[in-house]
Amino acid sequence: MRVMVLIKANEQSEHGEMPSEELLTEMTAFNEELVKAGVMLAGEGLHPSAKGARVEFKGNERKVVDGPFAETKELLAGYWVWQVKSLDEAIEWVKRIPAPDDDAATSVVEIRQVFESEDFGDELTPELREREAAMRAQAEGA
Amino acid sequence: MAGADVKRTIDAVWRIESTRLIAGLARYVRDVGLAEDLAQEALVAALEQWPESGVPDNPGAWLMGTAKHRAIDRLRRRDVHRRKTEELGRDMELRGEADVPDLAAEAADPFDDDVLRLIFTACHPVLSVEARVALTLRLLAGLTTKEIARAYLVPEATVQQRIVRAKRTLTAARVPIEVPEHAELPERLASVLEAIYLIFNEGYAATAGDQWLRPELLEEALRLGRMLAALLPGEPEVHGLSALMELQASRARARVGPDGEPILLLDQDRSRWDWMLVGRGLVALERAYATGGAVGTYTLQAAIAACHSRARTPEDTDWVSIVAIYDGLAQVAPSPVVELNRAVAVGMAFGPAQALRLVDDLADEPVLSDYHLLPTVRGDLLEKLGRRADARAEFERALTLTQNSRERSVLLGRIAGCAV
Repeated sequence: MRVMVLIKANEQSEHGEMPSEELLTEMTAFNEELVKAGVMLAGEGLHPSAKGARVEFKGNERKVVDGPFAETKELLAGYWVWQVKSLDEAIEWVKRIPAPDDDAATSVVEIRQVFESEDFGDELTPELREREAAMRAQAEGA
Repeated sequence: MAGADVKRTIDAVWRIESTRLIAGLARYVRDVGLAEDLAQEALVAALEQWPESGVPDNPGAWLMGTAKHRAIDRLRRRDVHRRKTEELGRDMELRGEADVPDLAAEAADPFDDDVLRLIFTACHPVLSVEARVALTLRLLAGLTTKEIARAYLVPEATVQQRIVRAKRTLTAARVPIEVPEHAELPERLASVLEAIYLIFNEGYAATAGDQWLRPELLEEALRLGRMLAALLPGEPEVHGLSALMELQASRARARVGPDGEPILLLDQDRSRWDWMLVGRGLVALERAYATGGAVGTYTLQAAIAACHSRARTPEDTDWVSIVAIYDGLAQVAPSPVVELNRAVAVGMAFGPAQALRLVDDLADEPVLSDYHLLPTVRGDLLEKLGRRADARAEFERALTLTQNSRERSVLLGRIAGCAV
């Protein structure tokens, strides 16, 4: 299965502070381990929300809100996409992520399964597939 | 943590650690079979102890330490009977290492080389390709014999036997657990790549059962390919194989229709391709060429696959480039089948008349005499040239050469389409 691993922001990441050299070294080693295990599909770090923007939708209204955003713990600082055998495997890998610089602060990493219902063609019944195809056609304005 | 949770955690730990554990142990005991036994014993110990004691902070180190202690116990017990000098030496080495079961202390001698050694051992040419496949899935993918048996639709005992025999062959042939020397590398690497690609193909186009795809084999092969690319970054064909598998896998969900019928590449809905895998495949292909080494059949096949991946619509396909890559492939691995495929590409790039001349040159190839695709391709070209009666005769000939019901129904359709 494919999972997206979401690294939540903290004060440090939102202030645009780079991690310590020690943490960077550990992170590089961890990333290498993921690659060598054939688990890593993709991954990037994100700039602080100050460099981002939001678009709020309400009916036909579109309201643009520039960053930064207040609710630090709900924000993202980076993500990975992994190929794993189970959610448990993903959890085990996440436990091995190097500890953040600030021992006192709580950091959160969230694991979400990437939706692959039609993944290999076998799981979806023809009927469901048809509905999905119709949805797709709608989404693409066909 | 509840018992069931610990069990699931142990499964996950095993999934992550088993390869490095077996690979590391193999270096110490110099026997793949014994290394795997020891790793299994450590797993059993974990299953017994962790529900009580909790999962240790560094589960990998715990498993390694436990396995090493078992290794010493075994050697000691054997020594009671007869003490060989060779074993004594091994014993000493083990004792020294086992006193510090801390994996961090081994950072200078990275595990990754152990894993690489294990790959080359499990895929040693002394083993049959079936044995290589079974050992690779067992030792490097960490699958249980039950999982392997299920994937290949054979009884578990068959897989077990295959693995036991393979281990015995390795021991009997005194295969050293090492990365082959430079001169030997191409042949040994070919043996590894062959096994991985075979796993992939069984996953991608299952030869047994009524399912077209075996996702678990597909995913394991992709993972093994990615592992190898990280361990041997200087070898073009390692990246080439990875690229080929990523690109082919990217089409997995588009190549089967709602009723299980195959959908040919040019008829596929390209929006259903897995674009993350396409991207990974194209990057892997670039890496293959960037090594500067001589590319081989995997890289060239991946390069052809990439031409299709880069085309947004079938009409955008760069057939001229595909013909050029087939020229390269025909040089590296000359075969009538490659020539036939090249002829198809020539037909797309330069028209059916030119392709037909190439196909006619292949008419006397003994390898192709029973190959239904030869008359199928010829019929297709003749039809495009407006020679419908000749085309029909070719499709009818093809029909006599295939038993596959799906292919037969396609051919019957084409015969009907050629009615004069």
